[in-house]
Amino acid sequence: MISFSPTEEQQMIVSMAKQFANDEMRKIYRQCDENGTIPEGVIDTAWKMGLTSSSIPEAYGGPGGERSAITGSLIAEELAWGDLSITMHILCPALFAYPILEMGTDTQRKKYLPLFCGEKYKAATAALIEPRFGFDPCSLSTAARPDGNEYVLNGEKCYVPLAAEADSLLVYAAQNGTSQAFVVEKGTKGLEVGEREKNMGLRALATYEISLKDCRIPKENRLGSEKGYDFNRIMNCSRVALSAMAVGVAKAAMEYSRDYARERVAFGEPIGSRQTVAFMLAEMAIEIDATRLMTWEAAWRLDRKEEATKEAVLAKAYADDMVLMVTDRAVQILGGHGYVREHPVELWLRNGRGFATFDGMAIV
Amino acid sequence: MIDFEPTQEQKEAINIAHKFAEELFRPASRYYDEHEHESPGELIDKTWGERNKGTLALGLDVTACLRIEELCWGDAGLFLCVPGPGLGGAAIFASGTKEQLQRFLGTFNEGDPKWGAMAMTEPGCGSDTSAITATATRDGAEWVLNGEKIFVTWGKRAAQNPGGLVVVWATVDKSAGRAGMKSFVVPAGTPGMRVEKLEKKLGIRASDTATLIFDNCRIPFENILGNPEVKKVDKSETKGFKGAMATFDATRPVVAAMAIGVGRAALDFVKEALQKQGIRIRYGVPRQKLTVLERDIMEMEANYKAARLLTLRALWMMSQFQPNNLEASMAKAKAGLAVTKITQKAVEIMGPLGYSRKYLLEKWMRDAKINDIFEGTGQINMLIVARRVLDYSRDQLR
Repeated sequence: MISFSPTEEQQMIVSMAKQFANDEMRKIYRQCDENGTIPEGVIDTAWKMGLTSSSIPEAYGGPGGERSAITGSLIAEELAWGDLSITMHILCPALFAYPILEMGTDTQRKKYLPLFCGEKYKAATAALIEPRFGFDPCSLSTAARPDGNEYVLNGEKCYVPLAAEADSLLVYAAQNGTSQAFVVEKGTKGLEVGEREKNMGLRALATYEISLKDCRIPKENRLGSEKGYDFNRIMNCSRVALSAMAVGVAKAAMEYSRDYARERVAFGEPIGSRQTVAFMLAEMAIEIDATRLMTWEAAWRLDRKEEATKEAVLAKAYADDMVLMVTDRAVQILGGHGYVREHPVELWLRNGRGFATFDGMAIV
Repeated sequence: MIDFEPTQEQKEAINIAHKFAEELFRPASRYYDEHEHESPGELIDKTWGERNKGTLALGLDVTACLRIEELCWGDAGLFLCVPGPGLGGAAIFASGTKEQLQRFLGTFNEGDPKWGAMAMTEPGCGSDTSAITATATRDGAEWVLNGEKIFVTWGKRAAQNPGGLVVVWATVDKSAGRAGMKSFVVPAGTPGMRVEKLEKKLGIRASDTATLIFDNCRIPFENILGNPEVKKVDKSETKGFKGAMATFDATRPVVAAMAIGVGRAALDFVKEALQKQGIRIRYGVPRQKLTVLERDIMEMEANYKAARLLTLRALWMMSQFQPNNLEASMAKAKAGLAVTKITQKAVEIMGPLGYSRKYLLEKWMRDAKINDIFEGTGQINMLIVARRVLDYSRDQLR
């Protein structure tokens, strides 16, 4: 039956995430952006909430909760409202763990999933994006060549979050024209983690270029081994996660500029009481809600294991445009004050602009 | 639980409505567009029969709006000919007593086709509904109505066909402002109510849009909806006006549902044409690799989806008895504008085929536009959303 009400359990998780975002993330996010670092304490606190491990089955040491893209998007929105860099850092291990959980062989699950059920944050990541014009996840330049009992990987990747500290990477590479995923352990010969990237936004999140030069890995490291895996589904889970985060970032910017519009007086009255400004805020609110609902619908299809490409693609494209429109207007409503770093709206605009680039950097 | 799956019953409702849209509405579309003010008799009789069997019940619930989307996919103008209590009924539902509901709507569905209308707009006021000048004067056991109402959807049929009704907004005390604004049920054929003219319109031409004149029109005292007392205490007590606004919370999502039906008709038409040309929309290909056409189609589809989901949410909230004033206006503002743009883009994409009256697309573009105007223009709905977002009163944000 058509319904827009999260379950009680989801509401509990959401309010927990909301509280964390408000009490922990919002206290430090500006400083994190300026320094380019995130205090370990915050990451560990988030880890203890079990956001990544909750859906790992008991057999692999997890609590065995239900895996749900809807729940994931609800959490992602709340956290991203707090801060996008910190959110992506917190959820980064899922980039590795979730594909293994959903599509890995039993051996792969047994080997890797217990790593994410411990007390301490476990860094792991995935490498999809490539540093070239016209990058297309379905037509990767990074290639995997079978050679005896091994695969040989060659190529360049960028925007690999936490590549330097991750013990395991899921590297996406083309094999016979399809995108496959391969587990590459830290220290594998031929895997080189480059300098930390300097980006317009996401400044608190450590991302790296990596290069693979004749990097040899055992055959059993291909995700799903011989039966392979569902790349489309992974991309759709990523689109849903990012759309939800875009909603969170946009909501933060809308709320801030709304409050500013109520306080800032010009020509004798708050600027919010002028229709030019008020209508900007109205449209921001409408498009934020619309994007959230589209994200939920795509997530809902993923949870039902239905084909969700169209829904996820439309939601993500809509979210990309929406978050840019909203964060840009937030800066505009604050005017000159929006341009200086004393206010956070410029940060949200920098982060918001990135969503069109971030495909594959988050997952639900 | 968040869920987007219609119930089995709703799916059947959609299927049945779609069949009517395809077999009854579409074939008649062009004729009634070009023969404005002619009445589609067969369609009226058939839909009335189905409606009373329940198969085409059109109320203010989610199921009804799923039907409405389908019927307007068929033809929005013809949909507005389907008999029923309509906006008049919605007003009675929103602010009538149990006794009034029974008296006015209890036997509405029996006998011959009947229509209900709501008369609000006047020559001198449209969006500013608090500025109405029509008057209602108490005279013993009766109210005497005087004034002119324009743009009354269903106006002629509601005022003339036996058993119909028109809900008229009038002031009982001009000095009281909004507090003096009340609504009155005027049964069809009441002496003193007459149809002055029918509008000639850009679109939805099958729908009658009438001017009604009230000239010492007398109705029983108990036909007033809501409290007859005028309370001049403070602004929060402006109940009559609030009755009108509560009606809008219920009817705006319905209009949004109509809008998305028209939008989908245009989208389906374009997608079918592209398919015949062997053009596939490549979802999942990076945006910089898409053709302009693909980007246009995806943008149209996304906007259609956005409008539809906002509409479903507003309706769902209503069905849960949750206040939906903000969400109703969000849905209406988005849907009205989205389908206006979708249909206009569709005409552009189809080129000479889009502009030609040989196809229905140009008609849908003309039909779609009304959804950005009636039941509150896009701008009025944006104003309502803005006030809610900023937590501003009418005086703080004008």
